[in-house]
Amino acid sequence: MAVRLLSKLKVLPEIRGVANASSAAAPATLSDFDLQHKTPVIRAQKIIPVAQYGGRHAVTMLPGGGIGPECMGYVRDIFKYIGAPVDFEVVDIDPDVDNDDDVHYAITTIKRNGVGLKGNIETKSEAAYVTSRNVALRNELDMYAYVLNCKSFPGVTTRHKDIDISIIRQNTEGEYAMLEHESVRGVIESMKVVTASNSERVARFAFEFAKRNGRKKVTTVHKANIMKLSDGLFLETSRRLAKEYPDIEHNDMIIDNCCMQLVAKPHQFDVMLMTNLYGSIVSNVVCGLLGGAGLLSGRNYGDHYAVFEPGTRNTGTAIAGKNIANPIAMINASVDMLEHLGHHFHADLIRHAVDKTCNVDKILTPDCGGTASSTDVVNAIIGNIAD
Amino acid sequence: MSKNYIKVLLDPFRESKVLGSLLKWFEPVASDSSGSNREGKNEVPAGRAGAAQYSTGVRKVTLIPGHGIGPEITVAVQKIFEAAKVPIEWDEVDVTAVRGPDGKFGIPQKAIDSVNANKIGLKGPLMTPVGKGYRSLNLALRKEFDLYANVRPCKSLDGIKTLYDNVDVVTIRENTEGEYSGIEHEIVDGVVQSIKLITEEASKRVAEFAFQFARDNKRKKVTAVHKANIMRMSDGLFLRCCRELATKYPDIKFEERYLDTVCLNMVQDPSKFDVLVMPNLYGDIMSDMCSGLVGGLGLTPSGNIGKNGALFESVHGTAPDIAGKDMANPTALLLSAIMMLRHLQFNEHADRVQNACYEVLREGKSLTGDLGGTGKCSEYTAAIISKLN
Repeated sequence: MAVRLLSKLKVLPEIRGVANASSAAAPATLSDFDLQHKTPVIRAQKIIPVAQYGGRHAVTMLPGGGIGPECMGYVRDIFKYIGAPVDFEVVDIDPDVDNDDDVHYAITTIKRNGVGLKGNIETKSEAAYVTSRNVALRNELDMYAYVLNCKSFPGVTTRHKDIDISIIRQNTEGEYAMLEHESVRGVIESMKVVTASNSERVARFAFEFAKRNGRKKVTTVHKANIMKLSDGLFLETSRRLAKEYPDIEHNDMIIDNCCMQLVAKPHQFDVMLMTNLYGSIVSNVVCGLLGGAGLLSGRNYGDHYAVFEPGTRNTGTAIAGKNIANPIAMINASVDMLEHLGHHFHADLIRHAVDKTCNVDKILTPDCGGTASSTDVVNAIIGNIAD
Repeated sequence: MSKNYIKVLLDPFRESKVLGSLLKWFEPVASDSSGSNREGKNEVPAGRAGAAQYSTGVRKVTLIPGHGIGPEITVAVQKIFEAAKVPIEWDEVDVTAVRGPDGKFGIPQKAIDSVNANKIGLKGPLMTPVGKGYRSLNLALRKEFDLYANVRPCKSLDGIKTLYDNVDVVTIRENTEGEYSGIEHEIVDGVVQSIKLITEEASKRVAEFAFQFARDNKRKKVTAVHKANIMRMSDGLFLRCCRELATKYPDIKFEERYLDTVCLNMVQDPSKFDVLVMPNLYGDIMSDMCSGLVGGLGLTPSGNIGKNGALFESVHGTAPDIAGKDMANPTALLLSAIMMLRHLQFNEHADRVQNACYEVLREGKSLTGDLGGTGKCSEYTAAIISKLN
């Protein structure tokens, strides 16, 4: 991976001399942020050793905005109850401030701890030069794959039943490159960047994921009939990699057809692979089919770091503080995190309790069609753990 | 929109003083739908004006049959219109790309001239190859005729059972720029860049059209769909244009929503949305998703409105596997043709054909294969014709 990146570095004249240094080579004059956003070909990784404190893991917690803080509170309550060996390092990011110091600090802690749990971070400023903080976090940590496991909850009434789709979405480039400029007054250009290396990494991730989890089919979602070069590159890469995994079926579908099929016949999909924007759309559609934004959790994976968050990345400012937010998404994210760290016993405890609360007892918040409040749901989960 | 339309058409007449003085001799004739020559009058209704207006009131319309099942379904629509005695004359053209003098593939000049003259067109499905190849013909048509807004009303049809009832959403999508500008390059080996272009002019045009459409069709709410948290400058500009236009139409409620939120809510409760306006890519995906909610592309009409005319089309594919077997479903093209009639203000004819079509769908006896029936295209057409009386 590093070798391939270095071969691209040689093209840029500023770093021809530096390219022979360590894999964390980066021009000294550019800050980390600029490196990530102005030079999308280079992915500079300054690796800080991951800290481990006597069997307990330290995890960065980024509450974010909206319903984030209250959900994080619930997660902490549950962890305290079951005595999970996880210590949270909370970093609050102020949405109103224009500078990025908070975000830098958050990134440093995640690099130190290796794992993070986050809510959705608001970026209130609408100024064009302020990058979205969530995007900045993902790009800086090079978390190139986003996995959303969508499994139907039997206890939630939906129009479609028994859906089991995994969505794997390219997380760092594509339409979210955030390279925009106004060349002429009234005409704005926004660039969508697709690189061969990133496409290959995420495609390989998807196929390995499918292989390891016993999945049978990978569908690549694209719009290569219109965006022939960019989505064409993504599609070609996934087709090329599909040949290396002959026992996994591969097909591709155009995004508009895909959305139409999802609302009519979602059972034909197994693992779906796509670029950033389409991933956003498809994950929201599938979450909607399954009963709302409050149930599923997503995982951001990079080569070195992993961050877990609620699946649809909504801040939920409209329902913040009213005790009706659905805590299940955040709790599921924390379960994923425990699994990732290897604490399977605790993860299973919480998972079974959540399963029982949702599907057997059917204690759900209003967005899923129930009448309970958030605290009711959390108490019910804690009650179910006790059994 | 109608004011500019009238201005452009009347300028040549206004400039010619001879005609003006001649007309003073004529008394204004009491008009009816098949009125006489209106070119002399100062007030020309937007939908009716056009150089190809016959004195008998018959309107000439360009017809593009398309590929695959295109020819069959256009024949079906023509038969139905003939039976309903709709005053339309069809001018059939072929838009298969030809190599122009500069070596690039493009639409033949004859087709361009026809649509420029008639200003209204009805199009069947055209084929676009995936990957390398000449640029999409659909896109080329849109650019050529400056069709800036694509309107797709998605309404639940009685008799077609889907998991979603009571859907009544109209998606209006900017049709010329955005992510589909087709500007792509490979700057460095392995890095491809695709440019999304948003201009103030185009955003303003489509926003104005959306609000005007909402007003004309008595809609209550317009929702702007965007992703300005990520694409701050481009979608930010689009959003600003929509906000500006919203102040000019205070009778219509305006709201703005993120694309992901709209997707999430649309599959849970489509009744939350009324008219949606958005840039090109989001519009493409949302309009297809909404048509999935009502039963698929085979039942959704679509119209492209431009400065100099309008093009109505069926948005499904060419279905090469069932081409020529009399199995195609002409409903999408028929509903688009009905939309065209309304645009031309032939409202009584539009209502008659629409009621016949809805009744056949409600009865469910002669439906084609894709709707779950076993009827043939010709049987379906005949059923609609029989319901016309």
